Amino acid sequence: MNKIKVMVGLGSCGIAAGAAKVYNRLLEISESNKDLFDLGKTSCIGMCFREPLVEITDGSGKYLYGDVDAKKADEIFESHIMNNKPVTEYLVHSDTIKGSEQDFLDNQIKIVLRNCGMMDPESIEEYEKRDGYKSIRKILDESVTEDDVIKTVLDSGLRGRGGGGFLTGMKWKFAKGYKSTEKYVICNADEGDPGAFMDRSVLEGDPHSVIEGMIIAAFAIGATGGVIYCRAEYPLAVKRLNLALQQARAKGYLGNNILGRQGFNFDLYVKEGAGAFVCGEETALIASVEGKRGMPNKRPPFPAEAGLWGKPTNINNVETYANIPWIILHGSAEFAKHGTEKSKGTKVFALAGKIRNSGLVEVPMGVTLNDIIFKLGGGIKDGKKFKAVQMGGPSGGCIPAELGGTIIDYDSVNATGAIMGSGGMVVMDETTCMIDVAKFFLNFTQKESCGKCTFCRIGTKRMLEILERISDGRGEEDDIDKLQELAAQIKDASLCGLGQTAPNPVLTTLKYFRHEYEAHIRDKKCPAKACKALITYEINNKCIGCGACARVCPTKAITGEKKQIHVIDQDKCIKCGACFDTCKFSSIDKN
Amino acid sequence: MRIKRKNNERHSFLPDEPVDTGLLDGLLKKYAGKKGSIIPLLQGVQEIYRFIPKEAILKISEATGLSESDIFGVVTFYSQFRLNPVGKHIIKVCHGTACHVQNANGITTALVNELGVEDGKTTSDRLFTLESVACLGCCSLAPVMMIGEETYGKLTGEKAVKIIREIRNREK
Ligand SMILES: Cc1cc2nc3c(=O)[nH]c(=O)nc-3n(C[C@H](O)[C@H](O)[C@H](O)COP(=O)(O)O)c2cc1C
Ligand code: FES
Repeated sequence: MNKIKVMVGLGSCGIAAGAAKVYNRLLEISESNKDLFDLGKTSCIGMCFREPLVEITDGSGKYLYGDVDAKKADEIFESHIMNNKPVTEYLVHSDTIKGSEQDFLDNQIKIVLRNCGMMDPESIEEYEKRDGYKSIRKILDESVTEDDVIKTVLDSGLRGRGGGGFLTGMKWKFAKGYKSTEKYVICNADEGDPGAFMDRSVLEGDPHSVIEGMIIAAFAIGATGGVIYCRAEYPLAVKRLNLALQQARAKGYLGNNILGRQGFNFDLYVKEGAGAFVCGEETALIASVEGKRGMPNKRPPFPAEAGLWGKPTNINNVETYANIPWIILHGSAEFAKHGTEKSKGTKVFALAGKIRNSGLVEVPMGVTLNDIIFKLGGGIKDGKKFKAVQMGGPSGGCIPAELGGTIIDYDSVNATGAIMGSGGMVVMDETTCMIDVAKFFLNFTQKESCGKCTFCRIGTKRMLEILERISDGRGEEDDIDKLQELAAQIKDASLCGLGQTAPNPVLTTLKYFRHEYEAHIRDKKCPAKACKALITYEINNKCIGCGACARVCPTKAITGEKKQIHVIDQDKCIKCGACFDTCKFSSIDKN
Repeated sequence: MRIKRKNNERHSFLPDEPVDTGLLDGLLKKYAGKKGSIIPLLQGVQEIYRFIPKEAILKISEATGLSESDIFGVVTFYSQFRLNPVGKHIIKVCHGTACHVQNANGITTALVNELGVEDGKTTSDRLFTLESVACLGCCSLAPVMMIGEETYGKLTGEKAVKIIREIRNREK
């Protein structure tokens, strides 16, 4: 019998949920029970909502346990490893017994995430065992030409996963077309959309597939150097990337005469960002790599012609590169089999917000929003009603529940006014105020505007002021018109995508939730009961006088005798909602 | 606009401590002659002092030939760089989309009350600096905060305060 293998998910999400403690406990157990099982580390498998996760592989198959803590680890060890009895109670997925989240994994098609959570991301050997670096070997061994590689990528129909959706093969073709002794490939790992985390997960869970994708791109366009521009907020991703680069160099996948091919010289390094959303925009990113303030530049010339240090440069997103080795190995037809006419393959989405199963899912293009939110996402948390889903972050928009039948492809999502973006999906329920959401994004873009264009710099500020006064109950009758006028001008007069798309969150909420704006402006009411200035908290007669609310109130606004109904001093109340969240007896009314 | 978000005024309680610029020599040597390395250089400076002292900007300018204003321009553009000394523990409360819709504001309010400082400021015992960030990439555990290397998820105001008090007790 093969030795039992135990793996603990140690991605950022797992660690935050306490996976390191579970790992340490298992390490103790394995040290005192020598040779009983091998303990390994892996990364995020996407089921963040059940972290910490532990996977056991024994003679009969794989068993994934969720919500594990040190105590449950002991139990699982006793029962499963010692007595060969899986603990069905904690089982979320397995090959043999139906786990509690069986459908979540079974309804996905994993191309980008093929290795995430399946292997140790810090081991190049494990990557190689899972077909790693086979694609670049195949290209070099079978004397595939640069044009063949580009044709395969073109035929696959792969479009950029960083948001724009430009055909990747076409981009490579342009970059190859420009003659230069120096050319670069860049991986955009800036992942600025606040609410998206798939790039982090891929970098942490499978850094080699991104590196291999970049090597293949370098081969195709004739690049000599490369950069992975990674957000500074992702320390674990940076660490694993650097380790992976060292390993790849040691095995001859990077460096001079790669895998023995004379003249194929390519190496790359990781550049840490320094915290600026606009640096996700490709020309700003290049400026930042060059050591300047990350301000976008006018295109054309596009980076394919004059990019980093003025040389032809190909920029793709993390997920785009991670697709490449799979496409080369399995062929373009196999990839294009999935998806719709104009959007091929799969897309990874980061589900977050008021959704039950928040985590990462990879689905073929063409499924509907409802499929993702209800079948995979398990619907809305706490039995609330689905109101809208935000796609595309600060450049995107809110798609209302009525349009849940919208299929996932670039064109259908664009038609709603949102954008596919990088794949962040923040789900909102009836308690989310759409003006608050619009205000949140405008506040974000306004702060992140680099300040180069007047309309983006000042226009977004004016829009934000209007939204602030609407949510404070000081909205004026013509505010909606003013918002629309400013939005149109900012879209027209901004240089880069940041400004051009900044009004989208406002425009989509105006389009689908105009009545909420009107309720704020005319009736001075927030239908979702979220805007602080328009709500009050009061204690009703269900209060049993336990005092829990008074203890959490940060301004000591709540008073009352023990076992007597308490009262809130409205002058002191800052409407933080702490009492409302704490009360177990529904005795606080929000109006 | 980006330059505005930088908190440039000096903390009143801070004496002007002398800065040992000798610590920079290794760093300057490492990046000597490498083009476009000002950002990694400044990241190195911040690793040493935990902020960017004025003296460091002057010394880098001398060593690299870049003008002081160019360096200052880079420092103020990127939100990672700080112009002020920070507390021992930096609390980063996430205000990304997922955390926002799950009441990240409540976390910051609770911490502001507990620490007695505004967002962006350092407590007078120099133990904590309170900051806001946009997305720590752990959206599935929203609302989230990070202290040092440690990420804390599924927070409430109460839980966040408890974590701070535990750290404070450990420091006593
Ligand atoms: C304001 C702004 C922010 C962006 N942020 C990102 C980002 O974080 N990650 C990313 O891959 N692309 C981002 N992009 C898109 C890039 O400019 C570029 O289109 C992309 O990296 C190209 O790669 P792809 O073709 O593989 O999608 C951003 C664009 C704009 C305008
Ligand atoms: S939005 Fe808070 S971690 Fe992403």
